Amino acid sequence: MDIYRLPVGEVIESGIDFFVEHFSFATQAFSRFTETGIDMIISALMYPPPWVDILIFTALAWFLSKRIGIAAFTLLGLLLIWNMDLWAPTVSTIALILIATLLAILIGVPLGIFAALSQVFFRIITPILDLMQTMPAFVYLIPAIPFFGLGPVGAIFSTVIFSVPPAIRLTSLGIRQVPLELIEAADAFGSSISQKLFKVQLPIATPTIMAGINQTIMLALSMVVIAAMIGAKGLGGEVWKAIQRLEAGRGFEAGIGIVIVAIILDRVMQQVGGRTKASQ
Amino acid sequence: MTDIIQVEGLYKIFGPHPDKALEMLKNGISKDEIMKKIKHGVGVSDASFTVKEGEILVVMGLSGSGKSTLVRCINRLIDPSYGKVVVKGTDVTQLSTKELRQFRQKHFGMVFQHFALFPHRNVRQNVEYGLEIQKVPPSERRKRADQALEQVVLAGYGDSAVRELSGGMQQRVGLARALALEADVMLMDEAFSALDPLIRSDMQDELLSLQEKVQKTIMFISHDLDEALKLGDRIILMKDGRIVQTGTAEEILTNPANDYVAKFVEDVDMTKVITARNVMLKPREMANYSTDGPKAALHKMKTCQMSTIFARRDKKLYGVITAEDAAQAVKDGTRSLDDIIETQLETVTADASAVDIIPLLTRLNYPVPVVDDNQRLIGIIIKGSLLAGLADRGTE
Repeated sequence: MDIYRLPVGEVIESGIDFFVEHFSFATQAFSRFTETGIDMIISALMYPPPWVDILIFTALAWFLSKRIGIAAFTLLGLLLIWNMDLWAPTVSTIALILIATLLAILIGVPLGIFAALSQVFFRIITPILDLMQTMPAFVYLIPAIPFFGLGPVGAIFSTVIFSVPPAIRLTSLGIRQVPLELIEAADAFGSSISQKLFKVQLPIATPTIMAGINQTIMLALSMVVIAAMIGAKGLGGEVWKAIQRLEAGRGFEAGIGIVIVAIILDRVMQQVGGRTKASQ
Repeated sequence: MTDIIQVEGLYKIFGPHPDKALEMLKNGISKDEIMKKIKHGVGVSDASFTVKEGEILVVMGLSGSGKSTLVRCINRLIDPSYGKVVVKGTDVTQLSTKELRQFRQKHFGMVFQHFALFPHRNVRQNVEYGLEIQKVPPSERRKRADQALEQVVLAGYGDSAVRELSGGMQQRVGLARALALEADVMLMDEAFSALDPLIRSDMQDELLSLQEKVQKTIMFISHDLDEALKLGDRIILMKDGRIVQTGTAEEILTNPANDYVAKFVEDVDMTKVITARNVMLKPREMANYSTDGPKAALHKMKTCQMSTIFARRDKKLYGVITAEDAAQAVKDGTRSLDDIIETQLETVTADASAVDIIPLLTRLNYPVPVVDDNQRLIGIIIKGSLLAGLADRGTE
């Protein structure tokens, strides 16, 4: 006896096809436009000799974290990457992460605020976020290609989708965690909804939101590597090349580069988040 | 005094079908039954009362008695289910969201149990919050905030971080934040309950002296009867969402409306509650300093069977004479009272509590004189009258 097979895949595919047919001209245009932007950032970073960049990044790490240790690690780590001849792919990885994270924050924080204020939206978005986070990251690469073509923009698209959930979740959580008495105080003095949001809820939720952004950056970093499969260059591309050529040494070198970038970003962001907490 | 707040037939029922619960309440079904049968919580049930201008009304009851809910219904932090809340002639329950916001800005200051200070703002910024919301220009905001801080004896702490302050100081900031608004009604939700007993007592004293200056209308929630007695011009006692008794401290203590109130007030330390006014005796005779001599004074003491007598001069209390000294003076043939009168008197006012009177009674060798603001003698207290007053309470 034949059991009817539900056309789950077919439905999704025809849905994507529909969107590709009607909207891909727009996404392709957007893709070309964004790609120019990415190239500009990368070439700006590549314009000075690497040691200037390294000093700038070190200074930035010190300025944001105010920790000598973190600044020293940044300096030594980046010098090692330069020494391993991985400076160019590292710069493009950093550029991709910066853009993807910025987009994820721009999308995630407002959605998180909305989810905190509207119970209905919260109920709708929670299962969607669960789905987004459990879906294997590779799957996002497939629809990225018809919309944005091979290359960095498709990588950014799938990276944003993969890394936006923690920004939404923790923004919403941070706002919901503001003690009831503080909300009552804001209300009792006659605050409007936006006054309450900007003067009370968001400032108090900031440490939690920063923790969400930190997670978003880490997820973006892991996704940028995976996205090398659809032509994103950078450190992920080096790993991908090493797999295809079975060059273990080269693969580990690129892997160490990724680890260094991850540690620098994580420690700096933790200090930024920790400082907003300590100032309260 | 005019009524600032009038509350009529106020109900707050938590649950999707308040009508059903309301009907059950009106049929005399208890709060617990309603919870059991239709899973609706009754916060406040049929509350009606007024608050007069410039008085401190204490809402008292155990936790779960609905006192917090009742006060939040006044400024609609909780929306009442039924009933009217009229504040300065405006029915608050009829206001739109925007009108309500403006009404709160103008008329309500609120102080919270756990202070509810904003952790990301320093002391002055906390006090300024309400003014900032009203878009008061920064320079005036700062001025009014500093004034309010001065009122609560925190001048100079404006730039401190909130977490650097002790609990008592934090609550002063909370108080200043409400004062800075210059609103006429202050809602204080267990404002001193989170403080330790000594600091609490200090804060109560300060609130009272502050109140003499600013004359706000205050609704003060408390679960502590001693606090209610100390602060309240009048007290509302609540149980299971209902108001069980309304009255002055003495009315509630000496004439509890029912067993519940009687139980509640049983443990009160009467030495704090009984005042000179309750236990003083009318002086039956007084010597007149200008006209009486020792002989006349002695005679007056004999007629009222006292061993001492107070003397007045120009209607004011002037001194005290003992029978012993008067008898000696008569024997010596002295005409004037000057040699035997003791003019360094210790006196109390009618509001003095038994705690203050008892040490005087043991120390002085004459009865404790009670005087009014013009230094006129209005009563005397002897040991017997005070003890009788303490033992008497609540037996009616």
